[in-house]
Parts: sequence; C-alpha cells; structure tokens
Amino acid sequence: MILGRVKGCVVSTIKHPSYEGKKVLLVEPVSPDGTPKKGTVVAVDTVGAGDRDLVLVASEGRTATEILGFASRMPLRSVIVGIVDHIERYRS
Amino acid sequence: MKLGRVTGKLWATAKDKKLDGLKLYIMQPVDEADRPLGTELVAVDTVGAKEGDLVYWVGGAEATFPFQDRQIPSDVTIVGLVDHLDIAKEDPS
Repeated sequence: MILGRVKGCVVSTIKHPSYEGKKVLLVEPVSPDGTPKKGTVVAVDTVGAGDRDLVLVASEGRTATEILGFASRMPLRSVIVGIVDHIERYRS
Repeated sequence: MKLGRVTGKLWATAKDKKLDGLKLYIMQPVDEADRPLGTELVAVDTVGAKEGDLVYWVGGAEATFPFQDRQIPSDVTIVGLVDHLDIAKEDPS
C-alpha cells in the first residue's frame, strides 16, 4: 500500500463497467511526513475519503477484486482502503 | 490506475490473435496538471478513446481482464474517458 493525499475527483461518463457507480479520486503519493512525491494515482474509493484526506491506496495483488467483490477479475487495480488518522515515527 | 493523454494511434497487422479487433494507441502518462510523466506507452483501448483524449488506464495483471470471456496480452489498458477533473484550489493559508 502507499500513502497519498486526495487531490480531486475524476468525472467520467464513458468507462469500463467495473467502474460504474464508483467514486474515482485523484491521489497524490506522499511520504509519511507528508512531502508530495511525483505522479498521480487514480483510485476507486471504498471508505468515503474526501478532499485533502491522507489515505492508504492498495494496488497490489488481487486487492481490488477482493474488496469490491467482483466475481471475476476486472481491469481495476488501485483502491483507497483506509483514511489515516495518525502516523507515529520511531526514532532511529 | 493512472491518467494519460492519447497522442497517437498504432496499427499492427501481425500480432497475437487475442489482440485482433482491438485498437492500439500511443499514450503519454500525465499528472493531474497534464504534465508528462515518463515515456509514452502503447495501450489497448476498451472505451472508444480518440486522439487527444484524457483517459485513465490500468497497468499490470489487471490490464489483461477487460473482457469477461477472454484474457488479452496487454499490460496497459485504457478503461475510462475523463470528462473533467474536479480539483479543489490550494488553501491559501
């Protein structure tokens, strides 16, 4: 999973059926201290994330298929699976 | 999934049979401000994209599953056309 900051919403009429009725958000990858990283991730929201929320995005394995309950595998990879309340860093 | 801008079309007569009938596009991955990210890719289209369209695409294993009845040998598949992006303005504070 990666950490990211919700930046906006993708509005789309024509899309693959697996995205029908789902909230598709723009997420900017960030490091644990909140520094933005390069790139933008498009992810389907499953937890009710909103603008500027710090979120957990899963893109690996069969996460999306499992979480969204698809009967077969679909071309959908990145899902927001959590909203981060707090991060504690260990001192090194 | 990532954002991309369709920048060209590609034809290939000799290709894997499972790609027959599918449209291939050249696509430049971009960020939300339309700045290019990395190199251009060849993508399979499943939504009727046209040149210049802003799209979102999926990579990896999921790119092979756009159709229920068959898998396709693709690692980049366009799965949605972007109407627009709703991005809130930065908080000035």
